[in-house]
Amino acid sequence: MKQRTIAAAIFFIIVAIFFIMAAWSMRPFGTPEQSAMDDYIIQNTQEETGANNGVTSVVFDYRGFDTLGEATILFTAVAAVVMILRREDHE
Amino acid sequence: MSEMSKIIRTITSIAFPFAMIYGLYVIAHGHLTPGGGFQGGAIVASSCAMILVAFGSPWINDRLKEKNLSALESLGALGFISLALLGLVFGIAFFHNFLVGSDVLFGTIPAFGSSVADINTGGVLPLMNFAVGLKVIAGLFVIVLVMAYTTTHLQGGSKK
Repeated sequence: MKQRTIAAAIFFIIVAIFFIMAAWSMRPFGTPEQSAMDDYIIQNTQEETGANNGVTSVVFDYRGFDTLGEATILFTAVAAVVMILRREDHE
Repeated sequence: MSEMSKIIRTITSIAFPFAMIYGLYVIAHGHLTPGGGFQGGAIVASSCAMILVAFGSPWINDRLKEKNLSALESLGALGFISLALLGLVFGIAFFHNFLVGSDVLFGTIPAFGSSVADINTGGVLPLMNFAVGLKVIAGLFVIVLVMAYTTTHLQGGSKK
């Protein structure tokens, strides 16, 4: 029991050091390391997709396949729920 | 799930149209303001779930069958995939935005930078928002509805 407590404490300290170092090495807000794709989307989304909302233009136009997968997940979930909880007319 | 008191039913009847209109607004303005098909569909589906909680599943059961809702959800999914395939027919690629710049529908291109919202922009994005919104409304509400039916059936409570 004592050994397990010591091992848990050591593990906790290692993880805490990891998280603290990750927090220290974060970049300041608004200065991303790579911003080429952000700049491209901000500059071209209104001209290429005609939408003022950049997020919607990314979700439905630039990354349409991702949305198709999302819709498939929702469809599968609904099909599974309706199949499991179907009504049995046995009265 | 039986119906709740008269006070709750009255308040729900008053609040339901506002929640419905707000959800439909979020869907229809998905290409202009924050939100879109998924978010607006979740709002409309939760207002329908509010009706279900207040009036009880037998009341809904007399008016709506989950078979029809499932058909509606499949219709939304088919519309979404058909719009994506139309991009292959009229444009150059799957999910190509073929309506931008055309005079048919939603074809206007806004000026660069912030501008006054124009609903007639966005190409196929508003149509895809409508399809996904229909799909999310029907899909989320049919999940809640089927669970309510099953709860009523397991309790052996109000019949049918």
